[in-house]
Amino acid sequence: MLKSFFIIICREFSLAFRAKQELINPLVFFVIVTSLFPLAISPDTKILQLIAPGVIWVAALLATLLSLDKLFKSDFEDGSLEQMILSGTPLSILALAKVCSYWLLTSIPLIIISPLIAFMFQLPVRETIAMLLSLLLGTPVLCCLGAIGSALTVGLRSSGILLTLLILPFYVPILIFGTGVMIAAITELSYAGQLALLGAFLVLAITLCPLAIAAALRICVNY
Amino acid sequence: MIMKIINIKNMRQFIHKWGSPKYFYHYAGRLLPWFCIAAISLFSYGLVGALYLAPPDYQQGDGFRIIYVHVPAAFMSLGIYSLMTFAAIVGFIWKIKLSDIIIKTAAPLGAWFTFLALVTGAIWGKPMWGTYWVWDARLTSELILLVIYFGLIALREAIPDKELAAKATGIFTIVGFVNIPIIHFSVYWWNTLHQGDTIQVFGKSLMAPSMLHPLLAMILAFIFFFGIVLLMRMRLEIIKRANKTLWVREFLQS
Repeated sequence: MLKSFFIIICREFSLAFRAKQELINPLVFFVIVTSLFPLAISPDTKILQLIAPGVIWVAALLATLLSLDKLFKSDFEDGSLEQMILSGTPLSILALAKVCSYWLLTSIPLIIISPLIAFMFQLPVRETIAMLLSLLLGTPVLCCLGAIGSALTVGLRSSGILLTLLILPFYVPILIFGTGVMIAAITELSYAGQLALLGAFLVLAITLCPLAIAAALRICVNY
Repeated sequence: MIMKIINIKNMRQFIHKWGSPKYFYHYAGRLLPWFCIAAISLFSYGLVGALYLAPPDYQQGDGFRIIYVHVPAAFMSLGIYSLMTFAAIVGFIWKIKLSDIIIKTAAPLGAWFTFLALVTGAIWGKPMWGTYWVWDARLTSELILLVIYFGLIALREAIPDKELAAKATGIFTIVGFVNIPIIHFSVYWWNTLHQGDTIQVFGKSLMAPSMLHPLLAMILAFIFFFGIVLLMRMRLEIIKRANKTLWVREFLQS
């Protein structure tokens, strides 16, 4: 079971590195969107620090959504999804592997580059650390939840907007607590509570979402 | 009729009998007039009680009377979603056709009740809080519920295959249920502008009986009103889906 988990991850990585453009897209999106805000609102340090949590989190959230509709699409089209279902391994484990590799490929680069964005928004070190921690705990939840929507819409030709409508309501709590961590850090309060809640969301998402993803995939493949 | 139901010892048989569209169509038609009577009598008592018998609030004056629409609508918005989740789970376990019909026909109704709860809340909020809208936890989570209802309807519309659409919306309904406890407990978890629950199922309600009784009547009236509309919509949906079967043809010809 663990072996097929890692085989899926290796496969996703080799596929991703053959289409580097797709890999870079969310990252470019994240950087461009966040750098537009200082230009649009104000380059004033105080205002930048005020809007930074919201801007960074919303941009990270949208960057996660950006290529989510393709998560299962190519597998669905070339039939490998059916093979995954037919293989003896539980589909939820394979789905979790897909989600993990998606997170490693899209969110980790984004988290790595985020200190640069924090630097552009002139955030102090303490808040940058808070941002890194909140993104590290929050983005996997976004990926897990998004994968449910992606699995439900896998058979549809144009699923982008529908996927957004389905998934965004579920992103709201993560957004609230993610920005909550950063806001607490700005106001020099302890942000451990919000971080712990994000961690709780993460545990719930990792344990429950793969089951929902697997159920959705099974249905949509029969189609 | 009730004797008939009790006589069926076998639970599975009972579920399949009520899950059969033909049986349901027949008995839903019989239930409808009773629902109408219940709804009309409850509405007449509730409205008279709400607008005339109940004394004005000591702080809000007559302005509080919008509670008699707001609370039942909000209650229905949560209740309908819970019903849909229940139907989705039953549909998954027993593969009953009727459960998807419930999910499909109840979703727009739930969206309307949610919309009504938000609008009446906004109208009530302006004189009492001084604003139509705040980003309070209860209000935000209710708005999210509205978006989830929209998502449910959109997902069904987007999938051309009926069978597949039914299963996919079933899963999405169950996933979306996480929002319901959040809405319910939001007033306790976050101490924001929206007040806590006035009506307690277990324990004493925080309302004078002269105000409380019309409110309970209005909630029941809303439930029966929803029942009427739901049954009518379900009957129409059953006819639409089963239009090729023999009993529907015979029924339509007669």
